Amino acid sequence: MNAGDDSAGGPSDSPTRAEPFPYGILGVDLARIVRSIPADEPPPLAPNAELAIIGRSATRLDARDKVTGASRFTVDVGLPGMLHGRILRSRFAHARIRSIDASAALRAPGVRAVEVLAQPTAPHGSNASTVRYVGQPLAAVAADSLAAVEEALQRIEVDYEPLPFVVDLATARRPTAPPVYTADDAPRGSASGYPAPAGLPLHGNVRGPAIVDRGDVARGFADADVEVESDYATQVQTHCCLEPHAIVADWRADGLTVHVSTQYTSGVRHELAEAFGLPLAAVRVIAKAIGGGFGSKSTLGVYGRLAVGLSRQARAPVRIVLDREEEQIDAGNRPSTWQRLRLGARRDGTLTAVRLTSYGSAGVGLGAGVWSLAERLYPCANFLGEQHDVFTNAGAGCAMRGPGAVPGAWGMEQAVDELAERLGIDPLALRDRIDPSPVRREERRIGAQRSGWFERRPPAADPGPIKRGIGCAQSLWMTNVQLNAACEVRVHRDGSVEVFSGVQDIGTGTGTVMAQVVAEVLGLTPQAITVRIGDTRFPAGPPSYGSRTTASITPPARTAAWHVLQSLFREAAPLLDADPAALFAHEGRIGVRDDPARSIALAQAAARSRTDFVSAVASRADDYAGFDVRMGDAAIARQYLGGVQFATVAVDTETGIVRVERVVAVQDCGRPINPRLIESQVQGGVLMGMSFALFEERLLDRHTGHMVNANLEQYKLAGACETPDIEVIVLENYQANSATDAYGIAEPANIATAPAIANAVYNAIGVRLRSLPITPAAVLAALGKIPSRDAP
Amino acid sequence: MMKRFAWTTAESPSAAASAASTICAEAMALTDGATDGAIVMAGGIDLLDLMKEGLLAPARLIGLRDIADFGAIDLERDGARLGAGITLAALAADARIRRRYPALAAAAAGAASPQIRNVATLGGNLLQRPRCWYFRSRHHRCLRRGGVHCFAHDGDNRYHAIFDNRRCAIVHPSTLATVLVALGADVQLTDAAGGSRRLPLEVFLTPPAGDLTRENILQPREILHAVHLPPISEGIRMAHSKRGEKDAFDWPLAEVAVVLDLEPGGRCRDAAVILGAAAPAPHRAVNAARQLVGAVIDEKRATAAAAAAIEDATPLADNGHKLPLFEALVRRTIMAAAQGRLEDSILR
Ligand SMILES: Cc1cc2nc3c(=O)[nH]c(=O)nc-3n(C[C@H](O)[C@H](O)[C@H](O)COP(=O)(O)OP(=O)(O)OC[C@H]3O[C@@H](n4cnc5c(N)ncnc54)[C@H](O)[C@@H]3O)c2cc1C
Ligand code: SF4
Repeated sequence: MNAGDDSAGGPSDSPTRAEPFPYGILGVDLARIVRSIPADEPPPLAPNAELAIIGRSATRLDARDKVTGASRFTVDVGLPGMLHGRILRSRFAHARIRSIDASAALRAPGVRAVEVLAQPTAPHGSNASTVRYVGQPLAAVAADSLAAVEEALQRIEVDYEPLPFVVDLATARRPTAPPVYTADDAPRGSASGYPAPAGLPLHGNVRGPAIVDRGDVARGFADADVEVESDYATQVQTHCCLEPHAIVADWRADGLTVHVSTQYTSGVRHELAEAFGLPLAAVRVIAKAIGGGFGSKSTLGVYGRLAVGLSRQARAPVRIVLDREEEQIDAGNRPSTWQRLRLGARRDGTLTAVRLTSYGSAGVGLGAGVWSLAERLYPCANFLGEQHDVFTNAGAGCAMRGPGAVPGAWGMEQAVDELAERLGIDPLALRDRIDPSPVRREERRIGAQRSGWFERRPPAADPGPIKRGIGCAQSLWMTNVQLNAACEVRVHRDGSVEVFSGVQDIGTGTGTVMAQVVAEVLGLTPQAITVRIGDTRFPAGPPSYGSRTTASITPPARTAAWHVLQSLFREAAPLLDADPAALFAHEGRIGVRDDPARSIALAQAAARSRTDFVSAVASRADDYAGFDVRMGDAAIARQYLGGVQFATVAVDTETGIVRVERVVAVQDCGRPINPRLIESQVQGGVLMGMSFALFEERLLDRHTGHMVNANLEQYKLAGACETPDIEVIVLENYQANSATDAYGIAEPANIATAPAIANAVYNAIGVRLRSLPITPAAVLAALGKIPSRDAP
Repeated sequence: MMKRFAWTTAESPSAAASAASTICAEAMALTDGATDGAIVMAGGIDLLDLMKEGLLAPARLIGLRDIADFGAIDLERDGARLGAGITLAALAADARIRRRYPALAAAAAGAASPQIRNVATLGGNLLQRPRCWYFRSRHHRCLRRGGVHCFAHDGDNRYHAIFDNRRCAIVHPSTLATVLVALGADVQLTDAAGGSRRLPLEVFLTPPAGDLTRENILQPREILHAVHLPPISEGIRMAHSKRGEKDAFDWPLAEVAVVLDLEPGGRCRDAAVILGAAAPAPHRAVNAARQLVGAVIDEKRATAAAAAAIEDATPLADNGHKLPLFEALVRRTIMAAAQGRLEDSILR
């Protein structure tokens, strides 16, 4: 392939060739499978054991910069003449805005621009619009200093007419609850996609149901020998990225440049081009070091557009950095959910019917479902799912690490344990029966051994006040791929190597795995590769969400490197007096495969290049086996991702305190590229899941609508003291689907933790906690230890 | 965001006192905490937090760190004098304190987080403002900030007081105060002229009835100079326990300090049982102590004392869990003290 040659046309009319690929689970059924692949894709990659760089724990390329503080985050970007911006936000949970007068702010000292947001769909008349949650942006100011901005914000006069509001899910469901929206202005689509297709009915604050109806559940329950039915609830969790949302917008006559903390540079470019009527070519988005996103930085959002608007007005760069309170109230969150699950089964455990009803609230947004985990993890012919979104006067939810699947597993993985107990079957044995996945079967087997599952005792076996237990739960997640993913590899005449892509590294080590893949092809070390990413001037990069980054960007990185290597082989062939096809790259040299003594330095071949560097661009090919689903640039592979986690907990039944002592996480992600980075993702997923299970909760005051813990002190994140031992085991599960066969890990590692902990708590104390978080107060209440209040 | 302020440092306690034209509580009772006055700052953990949250905006801060020997520990004949400027970390690490007042060292070692303990001082810890989340929100001007309404009573009061909570339901935030009251410590206050007054900490932490805007009786032009600890006799045993949702960087849901004076035969001569995170001031569980005095302490006694400790509690809608929690913690801490253990360390 030549530079930039991205083969046109569908795969069917492109030339193909057949190749044998490793296929299956290492240690279980690893074999070969012949796949027909596009002719310009590189040959199959051997299993990790036969590779030099892939499958080994290369140190993060940015490790030193991160620990020494040299990394430059968006909050560190400063441009000459840069102004500071901040946002004025609603103090009321629901109010009609009669007017906003910003004229005094515009005259305030140091002020260079003021943007006032007016809702074009304002339903109540001329210049009125409605705010629907505390923290909703109303206006923004840019000035020479932050102090001047603060001064000016206080001079903006907002005339509010407060309206009744509702902040909790249960109250909002009632027909008498204050309506958050009218039928005309309620959002119709789905904020983050799970499930809420457009066109669903709205009754009061309830949008839905989105229905999945398969088989005949009534007959299924009639056929059941045993049934279980319970309700499960989850709280609102916030993303708590260490680096807040931040942007520096620089609007100039020749185009717009933004530095932004984002999970998707290409996506931000599209958003800005559309919002400001600019050609894509005039918008440049740069994201260097990023301090986490977890879904909250998937799109740019209002704050970013305000910064760009201010910059356009002021003709100067403008920086907006959200503070922690803004992060907590208006930067997205994991919606709260309530669900009722009813399972019917035969005596041997076979499921006869599954019925799911859910209500969730993403505040003023949509997307508060529990995903399709209950439907997919344990296939059952008779399934009825009805999911609802409930509007409340709270900041909009958005995707957060395993959106929908986290509450989905919270319900289903406890329900299956409840069913196992009712049937008198070991929870793992029941899953062996009803879960068809061979991958999870192996994960259960390994996890059971490592976690001490076989020493598991009946519930509440410890005699003293401190009771220990073990529990397990499973994870399921989509194997996402983004096809809008490309990479360029250049080898310069001196043999030095650069890799380019717009893809951003949100802290997961994306640049490092790209370097590993390129190094493997070129016979170099990862340190020898200079990776330049996070800039839309480079070939299009995929988003860092949906656990798809590695799956999307490493195949084109390998393909591009492989094409460059073929060019170098052609340059080297005459020098080595061999056929290009007979050459191989190893430890910085190009040699003849059958006669390794004959070799030259890679740089010697590169020096013969007609131009300064040899280069190739490649994009993500379709999965060789095709996709399960394909929607535009996004696709889902045929095999889903899984994982099984085992938690050991100790519960103090007198104080209600729960501590997770150990978690064994057995996960899969296709071909592991860098075990240490994967382990760190899994640890992060387990920690986030544990913190969600025991500590975190957004608390809104029902009388004022304000979040009472909009900080990181009363919003409780697990810390070092609460961190359990975490053992991570990663399967090699080859699927023969791409040039690297790598898939994602971040989300599946976060899905099973909370229900594993809940199942362990049940095993410890014999009482089940079906609502999150499992605080001391919740445990004491479940144990019946809180005296009723009518005494004094 | 923090407003501009002028920064000076004082070289002596009396110089600090004469510069301290106001105190935090006085300023915060004004609408937006803005004051032309000067306030002293020790570690700044609490003070700067309040300023960053937009609750307090003094024109001037007076730093105390340059005061010579402000953090000194003097072992007097049998007791001890602790300079108000000593950090929690230094207090926790001091071998003499660990030997003589082990529960105090342990409490200091377990408060807040390592980073905070390296900076936070004894004086600042005793004088920090409460953590009620309405009090700490610039959007809720409650009774304690000079407003007319308590938001906690009909709001979310899961972390609030279970005693003395009728008008304002804060809990006193200081871990050290819980132990120091149990030990019967005195505070020494110094004024601008260099004069000193000394009074029991428990009295110092009792503001005039009806004044909800402050948690102690510190006056402008006065600083907390030192804490005096009484001597420790042969039979004294002490322990301190706390439980929070998290073990660090969190506020306890409950803490208990117990000091027992045991006769050689084991009979209890005197007892102090103080509950922290329970009431607007360290709460002396008089009935619990009464159960112990005159008895040989065993599990049954401790259980009876624990029941007595909470019998007159008045929990709010969301904090009923504090009752079983305190009951367990009081019992365990009494047993830990009686058996010569420092704290009840089960599951922490
Ligand atoms: C996340 C978190 C968790 C925490 N957990 C705990 C905990 O578990 N237990 C606990 O006890 N504390 C806890 N703290 C609080 C912390 O210990 C206190 O904020 C700190 O001790 C205050 O000390 P400082 O020296 O920094 O005081 P400063 O902030 O400097 O001062 C506090 C107040 O005292 C006044 N002041 C200080 N020194 C003097 C003096 N000598 N004379 C007169 N006035 C003075 C100041 O004017 C100010 O009003 C926690 C804090 C945080 C942020
Ligand atoms: S408990 Fe006290 S500090 Fe809290 S809101 Fe009520 S009056 Fe204010």
